[in-house]
Amino acid sequence: MHNFDFVKPASVADAVAALSTEGAQALGGGQTLIATMKQRLADPAVLVSLTGIADLQGVCMGDGGLHVGGATPHAVVAREAGKYYPALAHLAGGIGDPAVRNKGTIGGSLANNDPAACYPSAALASGATIVTNRRKIAADDYFQGMFSTALDEGEIITSVVFPIPEKASYVKFNQPASRFALTGVFVAKYAGGVRVAATGASNNGVFRWKAAEQALSANFAASAIAGLTVDDADMISDLHGTPAYRANLVKVLAGRAVSAAT
Amino acid sequence: MPKDSGIGASSKRREDIRFLTGRGVYTDDITLHGELHAVMVRSTVANGKIVSVGTARAETMPGVQAVFTGADFAAVGGNPAGWLINSRDGTPMREPKRPVLAHGKVRHVGDAYAAVVANTYEQARDAAQAISDDTVIEELPAIVNMAAAVANPANRVHDEIPDNVCYDWGWIEDNRAKVDAAIKSAPHVTTLELVNNRLVPNAMEPRASIGEYFPGTGDYKLTTTSQNPHLTRLLVAAFVLGIPENKLTVVAPDVGGGFGSKIYHYGEEALVLAAAKKLHRPVRWTAERSESFLSDAHGRDHETKIELASDLEGNFIAIRTTTLANVGAYLSNFSTVTPTFLHGTLMAGPYKVPNVYVNVKTVFTNTAPVDAYRGAGRPEATYSIERVVDKMCRELNLDPFEVRRKNFLTTDMFPYTTPVGLVYDTGNYQATLEKAVQLADVAGFEKRAAASRAKGRLRGMGLSTWIEACGIAPSHLVGILGARVGLYDAATVRVNATGNLSVMVGAHSHGQGHETVFAQIVSSKLGVPESSVEIVHGDTSKIPFGMGSYGSRSLAVCGVAMDKALDKIIAKGKKIAAHMLEAAEGDITFADGKFSVAGTDKAKTFGEIAFSAYVPHNYPLETLEPGLEETAFYDPANFTYPAGAYICEVEVDPDTGRVEVASFTCADDFGNVMNPMIVEGQVHGGVGQGIGQALLENAHYDENGQLLTGSYMDYAMPRADDVPFYTVDHSCSTPCTHNPLGVKGCGEAGAIGSPPAVVNAVIDALHRAGHKIDHIDMPVSPSRVWSAMNA
Amino acid sequence: MTKVTMTVNGKSVSAETEGRTLLSAFLREGLGLTGTHIGCDTSQCGACVVHVDGKAVKSCSVFAQDVAGASVKTIEGMANADGSLGVIQQAFQDHHGLQCGFCTPGMVMSAAALLAENSKPSEADVRHYLEGNICRCTGYHNIVKAVMAASGQDVSALAAE
Repeated sequence: MHNFDFVKPASVADAVAALSTEGAQALGGGQTLIATMKQRLADPAVLVSLTGIADLQGVCMGDGGLHVGGATPHAVVAREAGKYYPALAHLAGGIGDPAVRNKGTIGGSLANNDPAACYPSAALASGATIVTNRRKIAADDYFQGMFSTALDEGEIITSVVFPIPEKASYVKFNQPASRFALTGVFVAKYAGGVRVAATGASNNGVFRWKAAEQALSANFAASAIAGLTVDDADMISDLHGTPAYRANLVKVLAGRAVSAAT
Repeated sequence: MPKDSGIGASSKRREDIRFLTGRGVYTDDITLHGELHAVMVRSTVANGKIVSVGTARAETMPGVQAVFTGADFAAVGGNPAGWLINSRDGTPMREPKRPVLAHGKVRHVGDAYAAVVANTYEQARDAAQAISDDTVIEELPAIVNMAAAVANPANRVHDEIPDNVCYDWGWIEDNRAKVDAAIKSAPHVTTLELVNNRLVPNAMEPRASIGEYFPGTGDYKLTTTSQNPHLTRLLVAAFVLGIPENKLTVVAPDVGGGFGSKIYHYGEEALVLAAAKKLHRPVRWTAERSESFLSDAHGRDHETKIELASDLEGNFIAIRTTTLANVGAYLSNFSTVTPTFLHGTLMAGPYKVPNVYVNVKTVFTNTAPVDAYRGAGRPEATYSIERVVDKMCRELNLDPFEVRRKNFLTTDMFPYTTPVGLVYDTGNYQATLEKAVQLADVAGFEKRAAASRAKGRLRGMGLSTWIEACGIAPSHLVGILGARVGLYDAATVRVNATGNLSVMVGAHSHGQGHETVFAQIVSSKLGVPESSVEIVHGDTSKIPFGMGSYGSRSLAVCGVAMDKALDKIIAKGKKIAAHMLEAAEGDITFADGKFSVAGTDKAKTFGEIAFSAYVPHNYPLETLEPGLEETAFYDPANFTYPAGAYICEVEVDPDTGRVEVASFTCADDFGNVMNPMIVEGQVHGGVGQGIGQALLENAHYDENGQLLTGSYMDYAMPRADDVPFYTVDHSCSTPCTHNPLGVKGCGEAGAIGSPPAVVNAVIDALHRAGHKIDHIDMPVSPSRVWSAMNA
Repeated sequence: MTKVTMTVNGKSVSAETEGRTLLSAFLREGLGLTGTHIGCDTSQCGACVVHVDGKAVKSCSVFAQDVAGASVKTIEGMANADGSLGVIQQAFQDHHGLQCGFCTPGMVMSAAALLAENSKPSEADVRHYLEGNICRCTGYHNIVKAVMAASGQDVSALAAE
């Protein structure tokens, strides 16, 4: 990979300053970015590690729900979020593999918005708030298609706030090679209604399956969506699955998530 | 009682100590004073005319010591094909030159057309990028699909080969009319078209090579990731670079797996040697995994139509196959024999089938070269036979176990000459089948199927009964079949003065545990402790000769060479003992490490004889040379024929199409077993790879010749949670009749026998649930299963 | 170049690094600890797994400067003080949990991380935990067996042989 200057600031302010230099890029856990840099598909002049900022670490209950620091590794969420939001902890514990989970961060995952990443489905289904050094962004506004988000240049995810649902579950179907989600569905039941978000399936990245939300809000049971179909028009087509197959998975996994929700 | 040492013991592996403590020495672990780094510049298009190679900018970049292009190697030789195969009409195969670096044309994505040598890896990589950016290649239509390659004479991988066919091979051509007639008149014919999916071998250690040149002596040294250092020496020295063989040492140190992909000589090996010569400094190259995907020899990639003719009771009458075999852009060293003699000669399986005819057209395409990968041709044959037999059973409503039983060759039929030219020396296919039936609890299947149904899963059971020809050797046979080398092996046994032994063997261990197993044999034979025996392999300067390890041949060929060298040691020891004990040589017996005079208590230990050989104070110097060192070459009389029966059970999730292997049972006949622990480990590994082929792995090129599965992100390697514990048995043993160890070879078995068992099980599960699906091509991925169920 | 200091296998070490110097390169090229292997370039094969402050990480996907000051443990630090094989290493030898040895260092390091979190893992636990470590030789059978044996479980009845 090309060389760069590595900096590891201890505060958000220092990180923001470092990111304002020409060619600077933020580094979370690096579990995607470093592989991309090895292929020379990313070429930062300055790499600003966010993992040395204490304020961005950790999981705690606070205003509006569970606050997860932007640089919190998946393993920490898996270990510590369980007592507040088991479905989220379960999702975090299924990302990548144990070594990846020790490095990869929630902020890195949400900033990258890989169409097959797990976290976007949790954020969207939970109606989470993505908090940055500049503003708060509702999940419904944040995800803007694959690898595209509402983040501006130099903007850092400082935390993500997840409202705690009454019941929720995430069911992931592995892409057999990468172990990313070939499709994953997160279902969350709130007093105000049910939200269903699917990742891995669509060319437009993570999306809400609103017909299912409506049906499940009326009757939170797998049978409530048995008669629905998922439009496969915008589904991803690749070696691992046809659009029709992914559309089927969205429905099957949503049903399983409803049945498993706790 | 299990033995605790010697032949038949599960001796723990001595090599494990260094591997478990991080002290193995693989090629990339070696650092040399003054070393330089090479990076290859690889084509990003599948087919293209090289208009100009832009080296000027790269040559001036920081740290760059030299740049090489195809022009630098235009005058030296190409990397040769090891086997000459003739077409049905008697014409020899088409054999285009495979240059060190592509010259004039690039023929697959990853085809190297230039190389940079620089002080650091990153400098070389920067300059390689510059060359790639500055080079003009006129892209031509990619030839990827084999049927289209054969049909369209306008598109050529090699300009001199208009139909892209390397050869059109028939086996046995004289039987063709008879087989056609038998099929035409048969009561029933089952036809199946199937694809044997292309695989990337993926040894976990990527290929790496270090070239050195010693200007003071004119000697070269190549340290490289090879299963086969002597063959590599022969090819790179005599055929490619024109270096005298005696001026080149090839060392294959610890090698991290091969599975076939490291049998072959590759252009990078010639490149680092030529660069070292030019620059008078060591030059190293290590593949990145993404380069391995593009440039290692791939495996399999057959499209086959198989027809099985039978009577209505399922007695086989004839088998006929037509295959297109993808050879990729160039001929790799074994790539012409893999789809022919390693495939067609096995098309009778373990069965009485009087008529067999095999036709193979091997086709050039704009893809990476394809060559032998674990099993090499025999998995393709086994898959075709075992899948079509399974389909026949369903068509005729016959029990697949009974059909195998009635068609098996019986033990009274050996030696048995097959209609495809092999002579099976021994076997007992009934025994392994019944053992597998018992171990897999076939009787209890319905109960397990009901339990699966209760949790919403479809359970199926699949059977495969397989045979292979291995111990790849007999020179007199392979010579008739087109081999351009002999396939014997060699060993030197050096008894040191203090009685311990250094044994130099031509086989190469890259995971098989030779250092342990060969020492066990020496220990048993000479009555010395295993710990006093050192096995030396992988260095052409130390070993008499060798043809390496592949084709399950290490023990069956090299092990026997060593056994014969040990016989010579014992024979010489007897002469020495006769002198020392003042007895006739004919009266000396050797047992338990002692030379004794028969019928007396007079004896000398092995150590005393060794010492005497090197300190010949009381020694028959007039008739016997001092020293105790013997070499033997061994060329067997026949192949060996391991066989077995595999039973797989799967559960299919009908909603997602996901297949889970619930159990896998192997009953194998490997002849005599030297180390059961290692044999079982070999079967586990082979079955793991076979399950990978059946369910997960697929090297897929798009219509532009881009490899879509060029990393572990898209090429699905089996992981720990993709496979079950396997049940493995090798108690049904019919020792090989023509080698003194009675061994047959076990390295490839698992990869040969397992894919059809898995696929048969999936099809069985679907049929039991009412889905009339005849076939799903491998890999039987969730998407493919679901799509077939919902077609 | 930036000087990085960290503790590796209990010893304090320092070396000059570039920003792009990966922990794997720091160990292999800087310290000659070549037991840590590189088997891929997409953070998947796991041959490079080491422990950083007690946690398993893929050293090919961590910059050396990012772990300055940390305590790193590699396969070279896994043997007992007297040089004999540690419990996990010994179980791998006893149960033939390795063949070519290339993935082995990463397997052992991942297994050690697993057993630190879960002292009596089930077969499913082991298989799931090792999903980031690819082995091409063993079919995983004896690796899973070795890890369970290293946790003190009786593995003799796990699978028919």
